[in-house]
Amino acid sequence: MRNLFRLILRYHYIFLFLILEIFSLSMVVTYNNYQQAKFLTSSNGITGYFFENFAGVFQVFDLKKANTELAEENAQLRTALQHYQLRTTNNSHLSYLSERNPLITMTRDSLNKIVYFFTTARVINNSVNQRHNFLTLNKGRIQGVKTNMGVVSTGRVVGMVTDVGDNYCTVISILNERWKLSAKIKRNEFFGSLSWNGRDYRKVQLNEIPYHVPVQNGDTIVTTGFTSSFPEGLEIGIVSEYSLGSGSNFYKIDVDLAVDFRSIVQVALVENRQLKEINKLELLNNDGK
Amino acid sequence: MVNNLLKYSLIFIVSVLLQVLVLNHILVFRMISPYFYLIFMLLLPYDTPRAMLIFLGFILGLSIDAFTNTLGVHAAVCVLIGFIRPGVLNKISTRETRESVSAPRISTMSLNWFISYAAIFVAIHHIILFMLEAFTFEGFFFTMIRAFLSGILSVILIVISQFIFFRK
Repeated sequence: MRNLFRLILRYHYIFLFLILEIFSLSMVVTYNNYQQAKFLTSSNGITGYFFENFAGVFQVFDLKKANTELAEENAQLRTALQHYQLRTTNNSHLSYLSERNPLITMTRDSLNKIVYFFTTARVINNSVNQRHNFLTLNKGRIQGVKTNMGVVSTGRVVGMVTDVGDNYCTVISILNERWKLSAKIKRNEFFGSLSWNGRDYRKVQLNEIPYHVPVQNGDTIVTTGFTSSFPEGLEIGIVSEYSLGSGSNFYKIDVDLAVDFRSIVQVALVENRQLKEINKLELLNNDGK
Repeated sequence: MVNNLLKYSLIFIVSVLLQVLVLNHILVFRMISPYFYLIFMLLLPYDTPRAMLIFLGFILGLSIDAFTNTLGVHAAVCVLIGFIRPGVLNKISTRETRESVSAPRISTMSLNWFISYAAIFVAIHHIILFMLEAFTFEGFFFTMIRAFLSGILSVILIVISQFIFFRK
C-alpha cells in the first residue's frame, strides 16, 4: 500500500496527464457526431461578453458593405410590398409574389396565418477558418430565441441555432461539416442534400442530384422547406461547377454561396410558429413504427 | 513569485483573447490560419512543475474550446504539449542554461534556438490539432498541407511577438 502510494506520488504527473487527456479525447469523440457540444459553448455569458464588446472593433471594416446590402434588401422589400398592396386591393391571387420574393408569401399558410416570424440579431462572432464553424449572436433565451431557429442574412441561408444561452445563442454555420441541409434546384425542383467539404469557405456542395437531372451553371439553389427551420425558396447560392463522378449516379455540384461569410454583421432569426405541431406529428409517426 | 503569477496570468489572457478575437478571423489563401495562443505554453519558466504544465495546458485548451465551440480538441492537444515539454526541453538545451536562465526567451537564448524550439512544438501541436479537428483520414494530404502552412505562420507570429513584447 505504501509502495503504491509512493508510486502515485512519484509519477503523479503521468496520472494527471492520462486523466486529463482521456477526459479531453472522450469529449472530442462524444461530441463529434453532434452538431453542437452540450456544455461550454460560445453562447455562455463570459465568451458572449468578450465577443459582444470586441466584435464591433473588427466589424467596422464590413459596415459599409452591410449597409449597402441592407439598403438593397429594403428597396426590394419595398417593391414587393407595393405589389402586395396592389394585389390585395385588386383581390387577386398572391402566387405572383412567391416568384418575386419568397420572404413575403411563403410565410403564410393556407388559412392565411403567418407561419414564419423574423427577428433581427447582430453577429458578435463568426469564423470561416475551421472545419466546424459557428456564429455567436447577441440574442438568447430572454429575447425568445429557441434552438432550431433558422438564421438568414438578407434573405439568404446562414445557419441554424443549436445552443441558446440567456443572452447569446450559438449558430451552426452552413460552413460546418456536421450540418446537412436539404436544398433544391429552383428551376426544376429536384432536391438533394447540401453540405460543406471543409475546404473553400465560398463554396458548398450539393449531393444526391441524380445524373438524369438537367443541371446548368448559374442555376439557383434554394431551400426546400423540408427543414422546418426555413421557409421554402430561400436562396442559398448559385451552381458554379458540376461534374459526374466516374461510376457514380449522382452529380458533384459546387455551389457558390450567396452570403459572404466573412462579412456578416446583421442577420435575421426565423421562427417557425408551427414547429410544435410539426414535431408532435413527427413524434406520432415515430411511435407508430 | 506573485510577480510571476501576475505576469503569466496576463500572458495567458492576452494570448487567448488575441487568438479568439483577432487571429481566428485570419484566413490567408483561404486555408491558412495561425494558432498563436500556444505561445503561453512555450514561455512558461523552466522550473514549472510537470503537473502544473499539464494542468495549465488543459485550462488553456479548454478556454480556446469554449470560444470556438470545439469542445475537447484544443484541450487534448495542449495537455499533450504540457506533458512532453520538459522532455523536449531536456533534449534541446543543456542543464547549465536551464539552471542559469529562468524561462525560454529570445533575449536569453539565441534566435536560432528559439525558432527551432517554437517550430518543434508548433509542428506537434498543429499536426495533432488539424487531425483531431478533421477527425477523419479522408483528405489527409490536404489536412497536412494546411497544418504545415498554418504552422509556418504561427511560428513567424510567435517569434515576432518576442521582439515586440519581450524586448529587454
